[in-house]
Amino acid sequence: MFSFIRRRTYTSALPLIIVLLGVFLLARLTGDPTNLYLPESATPEQREAFAQANGFDQPVWTQLVEYFKGVLHFDFGTSLRTGESASEMAFRAFPATLQLAFTTMLLAVVGAIVIGCWAAYRPNSLADRFSSLLSMTAASIPDFWFAITGVWLFAVLLGWLPTSGVDSGILSWILPIATLMIRPLGVLTQVVRGAMVSALSAPYVRLARSKGASDFRVVSHHALRNAAAPALTVAGDLAVGLINGAVVVEAIFGWPGIGKLMIDAILQRDFAVLQAAVLLTAVSIFLLNILIDACYALLDARVREPAMA
Amino acid sequence: MTAAVDHKPTVRQTDAKPVLDVDGMSVEIRTIHGTVRAVNEVSFSARRGETLALLGESGCGKSMTATALVGLLEPVADVVEGSATLGGVDLFQVGRAKRREMAGTELAIVFQDALTALNPLYTVGTQLAEPFRIHHNLSAKEAKRKAVDLMTRVGIPQPESRLNSYPHQFSGGMRQRLLIAMAVALNPSVLIADEPTTALDVTVQAQIMALLRDLRTEFDMAVVLITHDLALVAEEADRVAVMYAGNIVETGPVSEVFADPKHPYTKGLLNSVPVNARRGDDLKSIGGSPPDLQAIPEGCVYQARCPLAREVCATTRPPLDTVKDGRMAACHFPEEVQNV
Amino acid sequence: MSTGIDLVPVKPTTAIVGEPGKKQRAGSKWFRMLVNDRVAAAAALVLGIVFLTAIFGPMLVGDLATKIDLDNSNQAPFTLAHGWANFLGTDPLGRSMLARLIVACQTTLSVAIPAVVISAIVGSAIGMWAGYYRGWRETVAMRVADVIMSFPSLLLAVVVLYVFSPSAANIVLVLAITRIPVYLRTARAESAELQSRLFVDAARTFGAPARSIIFRHVLPIVLPTLLTVATLDFCYVMLAESSLSFLGIGIQPPDVSWGLMVSQGRTYLHTAWWLSFFPGLAIVITTVSATILAAWARIATDPGQRWRLTVPQKRLSRFAKTTKRI
Repeated sequence: MFSFIRRRTYTSALPLIIVLLGVFLLARLTGDPTNLYLPESATPEQREAFAQANGFDQPVWTQLVEYFKGVLHFDFGTSLRTGESASEMAFRAFPATLQLAFTTMLLAVVGAIVIGCWAAYRPNSLADRFSSLLSMTAASIPDFWFAITGVWLFAVLLGWLPTSGVDSGILSWILPIATLMIRPLGVLTQVVRGAMVSALSAPYVRLARSKGASDFRVVSHHALRNAAAPALTVAGDLAVGLINGAVVVEAIFGWPGIGKLMIDAILQRDFAVLQAAVLLTAVSIFLLNILIDACYALLDARVREPAMA
Repeated sequence: MTAAVDHKPTVRQTDAKPVLDVDGMSVEIRTIHGTVRAVNEVSFSARRGETLALLGESGCGKSMTATALVGLLEPVADVVEGSATLGGVDLFQVGRAKRREMAGTELAIVFQDALTALNPLYTVGTQLAEPFRIHHNLSAKEAKRKAVDLMTRVGIPQPESRLNSYPHQFSGGMRQRLLIAMAVALNPSVLIADEPTTALDVTVQAQIMALLRDLRTEFDMAVVLITHDLALVAEEADRVAVMYAGNIVETGPVSEVFADPKHPYTKGLLNSVPVNARRGDDLKSIGGSPPDLQAIPEGCVYQARCPLAREVCATTRPPLDTVKDGRMAACHFPEEVQNV
Repeated sequence: MSTGIDLVPVKPTTAIVGEPGKKQRAGSKWFRMLVNDRVAAAAALVLGIVFLTAIFGPMLVGDLATKIDLDNSNQAPFTLAHGWANFLGTDPLGRSMLARLIVACQTTLSVAIPAVVISAIVGSAIGMWAGYYRGWRETVAMRVADVIMSFPSLLLAVVVLYVFSPSAANIVLVLAITRIPVYLRTARAESAELQSRLFVDAARTFGAPARSIIFRHVLPIVLPTLLTVATLDFCYVMLAESSLSFLGIGIQPPDVSWGLMVSQGRTYLHTAWWLSFFPGLAIVITTVSATILAAWARIATDPGQRWRLTVPQKRLSRFAKTTKRI
């Protein structure tokens, strides 16, 4: 099991390294990196001083080495706006996003399993086709519009929920999570339903029923585990896409997470912070992929060990 | 035919009441081109300690008969008439709960392809323990112990250590033994074996059939063997019911039916076995093909391929009548079959 | 042994369901399948309207979308009091919402469609090539696809557009690159599976060059799947462009896209709700229609599943093999 994880770690490390390299190259591709860090009104002297202070006048190879050294020490420079260490700001903002993402995925997965199993249990019925339509719609809704309409309806018109911020306790979680959750829920429900319909027509289900297993046991014990693999793949992709959603949601609701940090950094041209945030995101995706591969191995013995016979 | 195959004589010649009695069962399938009758008024019975073979070519409806009995028909198929009495209970009249209660305890089935029939994600121990956990409410530990006993009984070596193995880690023959183990776990009265050895090597076949024989004696079960293999029927079965295009065309004790068939189809099947053939001889076969089930002709189902076919065969369907003691055939001219 | 009297013609098959054997023109077959599924037909109709609007709309609307008319600022929708053009209301500068929506339609689609086309062609070509040759080409192609896919596309687009500044061409390019892996993987999987088929070997024995084999044998088989994927992908790209424009790094004013309109309407949420609502609704309608059509296409292009579209949908459950109780 652990050797499996070890192997997957090495293969997943490649994208991470490429992202690191990519960010480095991207900044320097534009010619003068100071354009990214400094506001456009900066004078040539300020630029030169800045370049010297940050080592931009060094040859590229030295810069690369310095860069990777900095990465390993979590040193991305200081924020132009606040003067704080960029990595500190990123680490501080990260938990807020993590809470949001985790809760969202949990609710989406549970919801998808319940609705997907229920729809697969009576496929092609009116209820099934209706829930298919609903989940297709959910998967196609732009999250920012859903958020804004939600704010307009529940905050402005009805006044039940706050328009933004984290101060209202659980109420301030409702709209952000609903927004973030709607696309994953829609997509995952379709996947779970499809996978369950396949699993339920598989021969081992027939065997279980010939042993007298109840419908509930067949669905929850036999079919669900086999349907888990494709659902897990999609869930993994969705989790990565959750970062996309988090950027939008945090911008709209002023949620102090890493997405908001990134947007602010972009709008205020604070490249050091942007870099830190982007890289922190890349690392978490890397860890997430490993986690998902570990789940695969736990679920299906054939992934862990080759056939003996 | 008889020269090539050695039929073991049945020890039990009994008139004991049959434990499974199927009477006039028909199964229809809904397709977008219309409703098709896949099984037509099929009747047979199985007795304890005896093996009944359902013999026929692919597509003749024998598997569908089996799945209909255990209640696992695909939703597009329905049992439209007939009864199947097991232990005094008509399987088609009782509710799903009672059916589920009897599944495994009274009626069990062994499927053909052991690899896909076993759930790949659970250990063999878990799956063997499942019948005990469902019906006898045993704890996980007790059920596991029973599973070990089962594995020993069907001849799987080192059962304790293999409890935690997965289906893909066993060979084909071992997997089939596992299926059989699961089927006999709760000592059912009737065991249906749907082509249990088709996917196996010949040597493994012999072992599996020997195992089934032993279990049949030990548990005093009735075994219904579904197959297209004439040699297997001759070796293992006591009675045979020959099926063609969804109908039973002949029944009787195997030795008598194979020695002196009373239906042209049976005779055709027996003729096509190349016994005592010499190099250069033609291989005999039955001309034509089975009928399209959507266009079954009026009259006898076999008329298109039958060398004895006459006018009456096209107008009247021959019923399954007794031709001799304990033997039935659905033919207008059973006495002429020996000339074919 | 003599054969029997042929009283009834028999078809040489034991299959229960036979082929109908009716002769139909290819086009009408698809049309019939579309009409049978009413929901999909409605979706196709909606998409058709959207495309026509994108092509012809701005010409018909003229300068209604740009003419500033401060007297008419922020008028509410659903009333003809201010003229039919302002039926969906006006924005703070008095411009007709309806007209702006139509112009934005063209902008949004002029970004989404090229992005889909580029990524589809490039991704499929690389994928089929990689699947044909297997070996190191396949490994490299898959690694590249993995790398691109392992990073959230929005983030990638955001960073790239920050560095290179947003313009329509840059947006199209970035979106295209992030979507290439989807086509690459699909094309590769199908192409690799086809390598084991006999007709590919047959073509090889004729000495046919790889390029011709891919074009004449692999492509026609892979095309239906790719079209389905492309339809679904179109939704994704539309949503991505809208998100970018909403965040301010996509389409820039004075150009207008639906996403941008939603963002511009945000500050007026309390007073002019229609400014954000209608553009978003337009996006939803388009993407939902495309999703529904993609689902239909998935069934229609699968010969094994096609029969579902020949039965009245209401009675589907009577013929489906997995229905009602398991």
